[in-house]
Amino acid sequence: MTSSTESSLVVSVYCYNPEIDKKPYMKDYTVAIPGGKDLMVLDVLNLIKEQDTGLAYRRSCREGVCGSDGVNINGTNALACVTPLSEVMGGKKKLVLRPLPGLPVIRDLVVDMSLFYKQYEKIKPFLINETPEPAIERLQSPEEREKLDGLYECILCACCSTACPSFWWNPDKFVGPSGLLQAYRFLADSRDTATEERLADLDDPFSVFRCRGIMNCVAVCPKGLNPTKAIGHIRQMLFSSAS
Amino acid sequence: MVKNVTNLSRSGLNDWMLQRVSAIILAAYTLFIGGYLLSTPEVDYQQWNSLFEQTWVRVFTLLTILSIAVHAWIGMWTVTTDYLNSRALGGKSVLVRFPVQLVCFVAVFSYVVWGIQILWGH
Repeated sequence: MTSSTESSLVVSVYCYNPEIDKKPYMKDYTVAIPGGKDLMVLDVLNLIKEQDTGLAYRRSCREGVCGSDGVNINGTNALACVTPLSEVMGGKKKLVLRPLPGLPVIRDLVVDMSLFYKQYEKIKPFLINETPEPAIERLQSPEEREKLDGLYECILCACCSTACPSFWWNPDKFVGPSGLLQAYRFLADSRDTATEERLADLDDPFSVFRCRGIMNCVAVCPKGLNPTKAIGHIRQMLFSSAS
Repeated sequence: MVKNVTNLSRSGLNDWMLQRVSAIILAAYTLFIGGYLLSTPEVDYQQWNSLFEQTWVRVFTLLTILSIAVHAWIGMWTVTTDYLNSRALGGKSVLVRFPVQLVCFVAVFSYVVWGIQILWGH
């Protein structure tokens, strides 16, 4: 992919415009890839956009911070902006781009994230603390703060939850890896006092326990986070508080 | 909190724990029966009968039957709520799901009663 001369690449993109198309279809684009550099998948999408201005996809920061451009690249969910072509092609001739699986498609690569956000909302993603506020701020020791590492970095790109079969089957009931990582982020926070209520909200057969531990979430997380581990911690907390 | 009335214990944590504990019991019984069969070259009726004459074997077997029941119910309930739900079958999925759950319940219940009958019936 990093040859010094210009090469061409066939990119197969999932297209669906509900106002025109009866059903989704795959459309092939041939893209000229400039030589001498390794493009990101988002760069390829931008090159396609020059050919076909009607193609719809989300992108914003283009550096893996905003989480807008989660797509399914050659069968694996990833952020298009931080996924180099060289990494996903691996000898393959064609680049295949589809929307994140399991969520309703609004148009082309743009999915409706409502269900995903609803699950996020359910875990109350904010600090709850009924004790009187201190004059400046609630302090944490470096050790307490350290517990949030690997949890707070989630950018809600939905790559993990839409790679999870349990979330595909029950997106209305199973919180999903992203939401559960966030749930643990607040359970682990020394400044949060609602631990019992949070745990009580999760103690049903769906919210947490639909996780079968297949770790698709860990495999695809563009930030290298480990939702399965966080889910394990939630189970441990539930178990030790109730046994 | 998601509401459920058909799962074993109403609580996800409880189901999860029972699934694991019952798995350990099933594994232990498999080792026990497997070990017995391997260490006894020719099992005839007399030997088999005298094995199950012992109360502790009957109790262990009953515990295993109950573990199968619990394990199967939690497992089948999960399968039905994963694959026979409204996303798979549409709005009236409960008309398929609930009868399947009922069949599972009747089967599991029958096996338990039948198992007790075999162990203590004569």
